[in-house]
Amino acid sequence: MTSERKKTRASTGSPSIRVQPTPPPLRDTRYRFFINHSFHWLCWSTAVASVAVLVILIHSILIQGVPTLSWTLLTSAPSQNASEAGVWPAICGTIWVCGLCALITMPAGVATAILLEEFPPRKRLGQFFHGIIQLNISNLAGVPSIVYGILGLTAFVTMFGIFSADPTLPGFEIGVHHYQQFMSEGDRAILVPVDTADAQPIQLSDGMLAYDRDLNSIEVHVIEPGGEYPAEGELLDRTLVSDAEGGAFSIPSFYYFRLPFGRGVIAGALTLMLVVLPIVIISSQEALRAVPSSLRAGALGLGATPWQVIWNVTLPSAIPGIMTGSILAMSRAIGEAAPLLIISGVVFISQAPQNLMDEFTVMPLQIYKWADRPQAEFRAIAGSAIILLLVILLSFNAVAVYIRQKLQKPLS
Amino acid sequence: MPSAASPELSTAVQQVFANPRRSLRGTRAREVIIYFCLILCACFSILITVSILGVLAKETWNFFQDEDVTLANFLGSTKWNPTLGSQHSFGIWALVSGTMLITVIAMAIALPLGLISAIYLSEYAPTRVRDILKPVLEILAGIPTVVYGFFALMTITPMLQRVLSEVNVFNALGAGIAVGILCFPTVCSLSEDALRAVPRSLREAAYGLGGTRFDVAIKVVLPAALSGIISAFLLAVARAIGETMIVALAAGSRPHVTIDPREDVQTMTGYMVQMATGDISNYDVEYYSLYAVAFTLFVLTLTLTMIGNIVRKRFREKYE
Repeated sequence: MTSERKKTRASTGSPSIRVQPTPPPLRDTRYRFFINHSFHWLCWSTAVASVAVLVILIHSILIQGVPTLSWTLLTSAPSQNASEAGVWPAICGTIWVCGLCALITMPAGVATAILLEEFPPRKRLGQFFHGIIQLNISNLAGVPSIVYGILGLTAFVTMFGIFSADPTLPGFEIGVHHYQQFMSEGDRAILVPVDTADAQPIQLSDGMLAYDRDLNSIEVHVIEPGGEYPAEGELLDRTLVSDAEGGAFSIPSFYYFRLPFGRGVIAGALTLMLVVLPIVIISSQEALRAVPSSLRAGALGLGATPWQVIWNVTLPSAIPGIMTGSILAMSRAIGEAAPLLIISGVVFISQAPQNLMDEFTVMPLQIYKWADRPQAEFRAIAGSAIILLLVILLSFNAVAVYIRQKLQKPLS
Repeated sequence: MPSAASPELSTAVQQVFANPRRSLRGTRAREVIIYFCLILCACFSILITVSILGVLAKETWNFFQDEDVTLANFLGSTKWNPTLGSQHSFGIWALVSGTMLITVIAMAIALPLGLISAIYLSEYAPTRVRDILKPVLEILAGIPTVVYGFFALMTITPMLQRVLSEVNVFNALGAGIAVGILCFPTVCSLSEDALRAVPRSLREAAYGLGGTRFDVAIKVVLPAALSGIISAFLLAVARAIGETMIVALAAGSRPHVTIDPREDVQTMTGYMVQMATGDISNYDVEYYSLYAVAFTLFVLTLTLTMIGNIVRKRFREKYE
């Protein structure tokens, strides 16, 4: 259509005007259309290529992962034997770390977004401060996550070395019982309570209080080296030779707390918070900005204070948007491996974390550990673990899309 | 009807049902307290930046205090040998060149593809294609980087080995392609946002002058959205520089200067992962080199991000 119009104008226009000696040269229309069409094809093939990349990616992971996908993989712990290895501790670790991270990040992020969006500064100083925070947040969003890992290692794991010089040893702790563990002559473990994890070897004495592995109190029967062994079984079970050497053994409670945090769940969660906080702030800001100002004006006109407006009007209307953004931020946190790799290193974790200070592993870390091994069978179970991780992430994204579609009412 | 009732009755009813008026002083105090709590939360983000800078600068200072390390060696050498006792050499360029190689490969893929897809989505694509393409891009953007690393190691590299000769098991090309795929949705969605922000009237004027879609997209809309697109490019470069898991899995761990993408290289992030997964509890010069590399990485990406933000804000074409 456009071409015809163009052509007729070009053909009829030039002879009628006599004043202009030569009409301005029009570019060949057919050439322009050829360019347009070929660019359209280029665009189209790019689009097909991006779909093809996704298809190849998913196809190759399914090919590598599905054969080894099994119930064992889901429910058992990592193992040196690929056929018995599983991701259960990693799934629990992901739930612990990301759940805790969400609990910390959401209030802080939404509060910052509220300050930036709902309290526009009036004075020069306030405007300056406001601009600095805004610029800072958009810059923080571009910092590589591994740098946050380094910050987390210094600020949370070792806490700048304030509390103790050796990050593996706590400078302050509550909720833990330390023992020295001895093997009795009847081959039973006997726990003798001590004050600290690195206490001096204790002097065993007859009749001192001790515990067995189920924490039932027992009396220790001590004999001299080369002394007379008791014949009876029960007494032999709690008999120790006086020069026996114990090993350190700790039983933390569920509320175990220590400073510095060490390579524990809470250090991981705080580090992930650093990574996702800018994302949560930016998406919450967008959600708050989408609330029409007529709602605020109406509430303010009824005599509500600024906070009453936010709490009763703005926040309820912005909740679907905030939830969507936060869920997407959390799915980023679930897939994030680099900062946690710096925090936790490569340690062998065989059970789910029991308290906030317990060492942990998460799904992406477990995948990295397996994929980094040269053996083909471990790479295969890494593929299976990737399938599990993608299923978790896709269900998260599905929830976000559902909230966006269903809960978001038109507000204006 | 309330108006029909007698005034005494209505005041009595009001007294029974009305909320007792809250004291204004309490409300005002609450407002102030909440406001200060919000300010504290906002200051937290500043605290994060300050502590990143502080930690990295202090530990990098400690790194340069060591007698084996000199600034001239750090900035002027291309040999990175942190662990070899007497032959220590900390030439950051060995790591920077690896990062640059990966970034160039990634950007050669992500920038053209991302920009063309963005133009397609904003100017050409019918709604049905958009409805397919947008979710595909969202899924690609949501896939964890460790998955891309696995993909690079297990799929891209074997493909490359079939096509090219002498491709190492760990190679820059495979990792770079995976980083490119990772950055592609970022470039695409940010550029598309910039293109969509160009007002309709400009497009309609261009169509009215007889422009084809190509003319409108490339000669009118693209220049108008250029600031946003350049900022998207810079953010994508920053993202590629800071990408960790893909290069840790697929790029190898040999720090050296090369431009052959079939060889294995070590990037700054790759070195940090290698150090962190080893034993780093002892505070020696290797441990502090982790911070020096992190500081270099942070400075690079922060500069790119800041330039990107400034370009987007300052050079935006404004239309009424």
